[in-house]
Amino acid sequence: MTDKATDYRLIDSTLRDGSHAISHQYYAEDVIRIVEGLDAAGVQVIEIAHGDGLGGSSFNYGFSAVPEKELIAKACETAQQAQIACLMLPGIGLADDLREVRELGVSVARIAVHCTEADITEQHIKVAKELGMEAIGFLMMAHMNSPEGLVEQARLLQSYGADTVYIADSAGAMTVDDVRRRVNALVGALEVPVGVHAHNNLSMAVANSIAAYEEGARNLDGTSAGLGAGAGNCPTEILAAVSTKYGIETGVDPLALMDVAEDVVRPIMPRQQVIDRAGLLLGYAGVYGSFLLHAERAAERYGVPQSEILLELGRRKVVGGQEDMIIDVALELARKHAEQEITG
Amino acid sequence: MTLRCAIVGSGNIGTDLMVKMMRSDKLQLTALVGIDPASEGLARARDLGLDAPHEGPQWILDHADDIDMLFDATSAYVHVRHYKQYAEAGITAIDLTPAARGPKVIAAVNLTEHLDAPNINMVTCGGQATTPMAYAIRRAVDRLPYCEMVSTVASKSAGPGTRQNIDEFTKTTSTALREIGGAELSKAIIILNPADPPIIMRNTVFGALPEGTDHDAVLESVYDMEKTVSAYVPGYRLKNQPVIEEGPYNTPGGVVPHRVVVLLEVEGAGDYLPPYAGNLDIMTAAAMRVGEAIADHREGDSA
Repeated sequence: MTDKATDYRLIDSTLRDGSHAISHQYYAEDVIRIVEGLDAAGVQVIEIAHGDGLGGSSFNYGFSAVPEKELIAKACETAQQAQIACLMLPGIGLADDLREVRELGVSVARIAVHCTEADITEQHIKVAKELGMEAIGFLMMAHMNSPEGLVEQARLLQSYGADTVYIADSAGAMTVDDVRRRVNALVGALEVPVGVHAHNNLSMAVANSIAAYEEGARNLDGTSAGLGAGAGNCPTEILAAVSTKYGIETGVDPLALMDVAEDVVRPIMPRQQVIDRAGLLLGYAGVYGSFLLHAERAAERYGVPQSEILLELGRRKVVGGQEDMIIDVALELARKHAEQEITG
Repeated sequence: MTLRCAIVGSGNIGTDLMVKMMRSDKLQLTALVGIDPASEGLARARDLGLDAPHEGPQWILDHADDIDMLFDATSAYVHVRHYKQYAEAGITAIDLTPAARGPKVIAAVNLTEHLDAPNINMVTCGGQATTPMAYAIRRAVDRLPYCEMVSTVASKSAGPGTRQNIDEFTKTTSTALREIGGAELSKAIIILNPADPPIIMRNTVFGALPEGTDHDAVLESVYDMEKTVSAYVPGYRLKNQPVIEEGPYNTPGGVVPHRVVVLLEVEGAGDYLPPYAGNLDIMTAAAMRVGEAIADHREGDSA
């Protein structure tokens, strides 16, 4: 742990949320090099798991190349000063997964849930606390709930024992004003610290993170080179650089983070994180970012436009975890197109 | 013969089951038993002319001579506390909680395997919806190395029991995919969707297909199973045609070249609960099927 007083805590999720962008194909050497770099740069917390959290390796979300617990063990062995965190979604992962990763040395548990369903986390937050871990309640797709609604959900997380409450802009759909109103409401209503996890589908991730800090958020998320679901996350190295220019003390070295992004992460990225049409559509239509690559594959397989799939998923108000609905939508669109060809 | 039945638990499941049982000529419902005298379910039971005591499981034990079979729609916790007493009193228990004390029964697959068991567990709603499809895939292939199900239910139809112990749901469902579905390895996922109006229950089954699988036989078996289940759950249907997708897929059961994807929807009959709550409807419909099968079986014995 760094002794220097910092203005917010940085949680890097390259090895968890970044996993989506490489279809969960991390290997041990990637984990070691990324953890070494982030740890030396002073990042306080490094999150690692399958992109959909512990237990996410599946047909629905994609199978991991290497069992995640092997990678988590490597991360724990490698980190000198950083804490290692894992994320899990009740309904996908199990409390038993938390017990196993605790044994490996993980000290922070992020329990993630759709932003209206906080009451399914009670069991898992309590298990994390019993295991002596820091428990972070993590409300996903936060654009789908009002500031008041989020306060109600966050209070539940707090009542179960969460040490920190996050809101995640999982669809990268929030504007600066959306973030300000939500963080302001949460900071005013909660006793525990607040955090924000931003995505870049509308090119707002860094601005939203800084705005969240100004409203009182004291935990911010990033990923190296923005590697992550959808058009990517808030890039850790840019967040650190911008924070420094604002005079916000991060406790991390922006130059060292730039090196990690350029020399370690970019070389393993199958493609750079750009905001192309599909990425922008996610933010515009409010669709869960991890659907992006699944929708691309379904579009190819069934010969329907990826953009139509994403827009229909937005109309159906699907939530994180419903990746199976991508196949459903693609099949329906393919049928509709075929019918139009016959009648047209 | 007609079996004298009681339902314990006057919540959504118990009340829906009551409506279904009133139509049965094999199961004669005598009482809906609750714990809250002001519950809506008990009020409905009184309106239907049934006994509607609020003394909970003790009432059942006090009236054991008049009850052949009970349907437990309380919670796993309550069932675990009382299941031995029910058995000692000679009452057959159909357990709709995830307590899993008796053998698991999936109505479309192993309905007749445990007709003499004193206690039968109905697994979970997702298990009733997806295990038949795991079994349908399995019977068309040499081996099913891995099977996975994803269940999405409307937030409004997920009760406090499911919400407080969601691990129990996924573990029990996953076990059923192996023990009854025939998969070697399995995984179960549940998602709650808060959309308003509520979404109809959706279930997806993925099966790992090894090299050399007859894909047409798999698809045909899936279509056959749709007919089998919809015979007792009218709202059970394939939302889209089942599809074979090309991998390879690095499953826990080994790398396979293909997977089958079965996209299901379960619309409830709307007996007590609204049609979107197909998850609750499939439980009560499956429990009725089991209860009636036991009644037929006992009639066969006595004839």
